[in-house]
Amino acid sequence: MRESQIFDRASIHEIQRAANEGIYRIRGFGAKRAVPHFDDLVFLGASMSRYPLEGYRERCDTDVVLGSRFAKKPLHLKIPITIAGMSFGSLSANAKEALGRGANEVGTSTTTGDGGMTDEEREHSNQLVYQLLPSRYGMNPVHLRKADAIEVVVGQGAKPGGGGMLLGQKISKRVAAMRDLPEDIDQRSACRHPDWTGPDDLEIKIEELRELTGWEKPIYVKVGASRTYYDTLLAVKSGADVIVVDGMQGGTGATQECFIENVGIPTLPAVRLASDALKELGVHRRGVQLIVSGGIRTGADVAKAIALGADAVSIGTAALIALGDNRPDLAEEYEKLGTAPGFYEDWQAGNDPAGITTQDPELEKRLDPVKAGRRLANYLRVLTLEAQTLARACGKSHVHHLEPEDLQALTIEAAAMARVPLAGTGWIPGQNF
Amino acid sequence: METIDLKTASTRELNARLQGEGAGSNAAFEVLHPDGRHALACGLTAPIAVSIKGHVGYYCAGMNENATVTVHGNAGVGVAENMMSGLVRVKGDASQSAGATGHGGLLVVEGSASARCGISMKGIDIVVKGSVGHNSAFMAQSGHLVVCGDAEDGLGDSIYEAVIYVAGKTGKLGADCVEQEMTSQDRATLTELLARAGIEADPASFRRYGSARTLYNFTIDNVGAY
Repeated sequence: MRESQIFDRASIHEIQRAANEGIYRIRGFGAKRAVPHFDDLVFLGASMSRYPLEGYRERCDTDVVLGSRFAKKPLHLKIPITIAGMSFGSLSANAKEALGRGANEVGTSTTTGDGGMTDEEREHSNQLVYQLLPSRYGMNPVHLRKADAIEVVVGQGAKPGGGGMLLGQKISKRVAAMRDLPEDIDQRSACRHPDWTGPDDLEIKIEELRELTGWEKPIYVKVGASRTYYDTLLAVKSGADVIVVDGMQGGTGATQECFIENVGIPTLPAVRLASDALKELGVHRRGVQLIVSGGIRTGADVAKAIALGADAVSIGTAALIALGDNRPDLAEEYEKLGTAPGFYEDWQAGNDPAGITTQDPELEKRLDPVKAGRRLANYLRVLTLEAQTLARACGKSHVHHLEPEDLQALTIEAAAMARVPLAGTGWIPGQNF
Repeated sequence: METIDLKTASTRELNARLQGEGAGSNAAFEVLHPDGRHALACGLTAPIAVSIKGHVGYYCAGMNENATVTVHGNAGVGVAENMMSGLVRVKGDASQSAGATGHGGLLVVEGSASARCGISMKGIDIVVKGSVGHNSAFMAQSGHLVVCGDAEDGLGDSIYEAVIYVAGKTGKLGADCVEQEMTSQDRATLTELLARAGIEADPASFRRYGSARTLYNFTIDNVGAY
């Protein structure tokens, strides 16, 4: 027997599913296809030509200030890892609380999502970024003033150019009320903002947001990675304090699979393109900060993203896994849903056995926000320790001192995208002709 | 009445002054020489009265709470965007996205409003004495849009529970927007809205439009509408 490379089992299954159901596949999670990623890079640890710092002895700082360009009150984070925007509605209230608790323990921020700010979320997040999305679900000036920063969401990595769809089974009475929509209907999130259409308009919109909040709050602009270089230039021109770039591996609560797997560019080239744009404008590490997300799993990913130019990273999927998503002790529950630990991706369905991506009160009770928050804090500490370890090995007393020169690539593709030499050579594809 | 002249005051100075009024204040302000400046009188929270003598730029009276803001001229994009409560009155015409995503209060446009008037409205009431541009009340969730003149193509596209009353002609209606029976309750609501807006029109001349609710849940049977 010979399996086809073109019509492999996954392709055959999808054709059969489409033929039976007559509708495209909507799911959560992020891109599952293999794309060049941080795994394809390695650090050049110090040796004769570089001087390492002593692990566990010499300091390697990790703090980051976000929003120092125009905001009177920038955010000061102790670690360069933040929690990405995920909505109440997509996530349970307990999950949102757990994210806040975990982030607080390590001194970092969380982010609201498409659906507004809940009281629990505000209460349990010391530093909370409030998203301004095209749908404006739950948007109100009271919450705007309560926020520590404001993130204008133009797009996300899982679906640049696309809107969202929160399926009816996740629309509880509370979610419906917050969004001012009937219960049980599929709630569409628009793909365009209702009151601005381009960078010139956005500049004025940002001025309004600053006027609404007394010029106190940092303003982030989040884009899905696609035309990243130009998007970054335009976002800075529009007056953003912080640019958030979400690569195609970025997760989602519910999007068409064809979108997740086929739109946008990977995080690896996106971080380089964004930092190039900031450098061209003379604001890289000098006023405008860059947050990168999409497929961040380890401290090595964190350190590599920072070396390529990010000031911080944000995590979504990894944070949910740390809370308890896809964990092995739920194997029987996953089996009932036709899946298994490690494969569960139906975050859109609302029947998450872990009580995270659900609005079912009984399922939600399964997630203890205190314990889950502790697990997230543990994970964030590990990421930080790993990033520090790698930075020390490169002789850096702050993770921000990491730079592209500290990296080499294992594949030609990664070398071209990250614009670092192929390991053992001085060759950067596309350059050095 | 306190006068603030924008020939000498900055936008920040104006807004800081207006936003600084306490919850119980009913002070009155006159704003001179707006000259199309953006983000004027936005983020107000007290039930004050602000009279702007001239044309304003984008997002005038944005996210208004409780205040009464009158623009004695035309308004740029997004006037009264995301308004929560209070009254915003534009004596002239309004540009695109007037009252966008508004949650409450009343927006009155005594002239006409451009495209996407009331886009994604979430409870605001909007009364337009003239006509509205294309895709008005797009994805409108709740509240009322009253159009005393005509409405361009795409009216109420993908509308949810908002209700539209139009006295004049409508272009091609948007997806899932249909003409519905005008009930006695509708006439009472419309009469009350026109009275609040201070606009004279015959409620009997209006037709009602709302959601057919066929697109509320995504099904492949509706694929032709997507």
